[in-house]
Amino acid sequence: MSEESKYLVEVKDLKQHFKVQQGFFGSTYLKAVDGVSFNIKPGETLGLVGESGCGKTTVGRTLLRLYQPTSGEVRFNGELVTDKNITSLRKEMQMVFQDPYSSLDPRMTVEDIIGEPLDVHHLYANKKERRDKILDIMQLVGLNAEHATRYAHEFSGGQRQRIGIARALAVNPKFIVCDEPVSALDVSIQAQVINMFEDLQAKLGVAYLFIAHDLLIVHHISDRIAVMYLGKIVEIADADELNDSPIHPYTLSLLSAVPIPDPNKARESKRIILEGDVPSPLNMPSGCPFRTRCKYATEKCAAECPTLTDRGNGHMVACWNK
Amino acid sequence: MEMPKKNLLSAQLDLKKFEKATDEEKRQADVMSESTTFFKDGMRKLMKNPLAVGSIIVLILVVLMITVVPAFVPYSYEEIISVNGVRDSSAKNLAPFEYSTLEQQYIAEGGKIFPHIMGTDELCRDYFIRVVYGTRVSLFVGLFASIVVLVIGVLYGAVSGYAGGKIDLIMMRIVDIIYSLPDLLVIILLSVVFRETLDLSGIPVIGSLGSNMVSLFLVFGLLYWVGMARLVRAEILSIKENEYVLAAKSIGAKPGHIIKKHILPNCISVIIIATALQIPSAIFTESYLSFLGLGVALPMPSLGSLANSARQAMSSNALKLVFPATMICLIVLAFNLLGDGLRDAFDPKLRK
Repeated sequence: MSEESKYLVEVKDLKQHFKVQQGFFGSTYLKAVDGVSFNIKPGETLGLVGESGCGKTTVGRTLLRLYQPTSGEVRFNGELVTDKNITSLRKEMQMVFQDPYSSLDPRMTVEDIIGEPLDVHHLYANKKERRDKILDIMQLVGLNAEHATRYAHEFSGGQRQRIGIARALAVNPKFIVCDEPVSALDVSIQAQVINMFEDLQAKLGVAYLFIAHDLLIVHHISDRIAVMYLGKIVEIADADELNDSPIHPYTLSLLSAVPIPDPNKARESKRIILEGDVPSPLNMPSGCPFRTRCKYATEKCAAECPTLTDRGNGHMVACWNK
Repeated sequence: MEMPKKNLLSAQLDLKKFEKATDEEKRQADVMSESTTFFKDGMRKLMKNPLAVGSIIVLILVVLMITVVPAFVPYSYEEIISVNGVRDSSAKNLAPFEYSTLEQQYIAEGGKIFPHIMGTDELCRDYFIRVVYGTRVSLFVGLFASIVVLVIGVLYGAVSGYAGGKIDLIMMRIVDIIYSLPDLLVIILLSVVFRETLDLSGIPVIGSLGSNMVSLFLVFGLLYWVGMARLVRAEILSIKENEYVLAAKSIGAKPGHIIKKHILPNCISVIIIATALQIPSAIFTESYLSFLGLGVALPMPSLGSLANSARQAMSSNALKLVFPATMICLIVLAFNLLGDGLRDAFDPKLRK
């Protein structure tokens, strides 16, 4: 196997800066994603965690060229993704959205929603084939055939998310960006949907970029996890490795915030509570973005931004001190 | 299988008290409301709205009247009544179902005369057929002007709202400029120009309506679409922020597909309402232009010009004003109520 085809998705130094108007004349840049690099193997799940506003969703959307990236490159199957080939690559890369209520067109029936990707890419010869394909996918995500002619508003949140997943699966993609697909659902429904994601992966061999802020869910579904803070990835490791021996101080505090089901253990554990607020992404601290809230911060942290370095076993951490 | 209780106060359920659902019972739970297409469903709901159904009936009756009545009423809208080939100058300003002295003579001699259902006007013309023709002209003007407004306004608004940014800015400033032009002045100027330059006598429908109507349509096409364009743009600006538009983009849909399949269907209720309101507004515009002498060319009547000429003789013959005014009210009210009904019926979010 050549070096190029080892990874399905390769992201290198991806940057997404949004122009923000300040006052009447001045404008500044909001660095939503600031130099993110990661790779995803075929059939693998990479979890992406971080608090609200740290740029997780923007990474997913920029990756799929829903936003024009400021700089950096994305390779899919070794092929550089550009404006020219993105239309054909959309068959390979799909997205499941966070909000199952606003991501489905209220004017369309379930059949039309799932059939839309087929229409756009002309993936059927006649109406019967289109219908058969749609019914197959619906069965795959656990929807009944009689649901096909209903409208999205007639379904519950979990069912709507299944419709969204079916739409993403319709073109038989190799890679799906799941943008917080369960955070709008009830906990009991979350489990169903998460298990469905795993089943689908086992059946279809599709790779996920699974964006979430719930570490427990991410740990459950992911092979590897990347932790983001203010537009940068601070740590990437295998899911179990990250859970058992986190290195970056931000990951440590995130993990300590995860609720523990056993009250005896929970009493013994110590929460690491971060001081201060997340700095505004309009006015980022110099050097390491986390240094303003880090108890290990030194002068070096303010002067220079740490890069991701391998600490063995592919456990990459961006920190000077740990 | 009996399960032993852990303790006396346990809330543990006794499985023996439950029985499995039969297949039929399971099927009963599956049956849900029958599914239909978007259009069928909307029409079904529309038909349950008594006001909307009433408006549809009124509009159908009006349309039937203006198409069927001229075929069996023996008078024409410009014909001065004559009896036995003799011009009847006594048939001036007759009351409804009244006959002139000449006609009474003729009937007494055994002849048959079709009654003047709404009487006659001051030029001895049958008023009923003039009201029918006036309704025809007014409806035609209203519908045609609304279609012009609809097509231009929706296209312009959709492009402006979807493109956004600088294109939107420029397109909306053009709309602002057009908004500030005095429409009446433009109509007057255009009609003066057209009266001198255009020869419409050869063209079938437009020719009998006159050059004033051409300038009216032109003004609707030039100026009146801006309201529709603004409405559509505002609606599209909010719709395109929805995630399903982003989802369509992530599927690989082109902008044309997104506008056609997602954005326009979602602002259709706004467009329907605006169009339904545009028709009566166009009828009103035609009426006040007729009032100013800028309406349809004589002797072609319109509801506006009929009402205007009746106004002068209001003290002597008030009914002459009542007939065209009632027609205007009926048509305008029916379109408004129908527009409301359509909006309620075709908005799935309001559906029970």
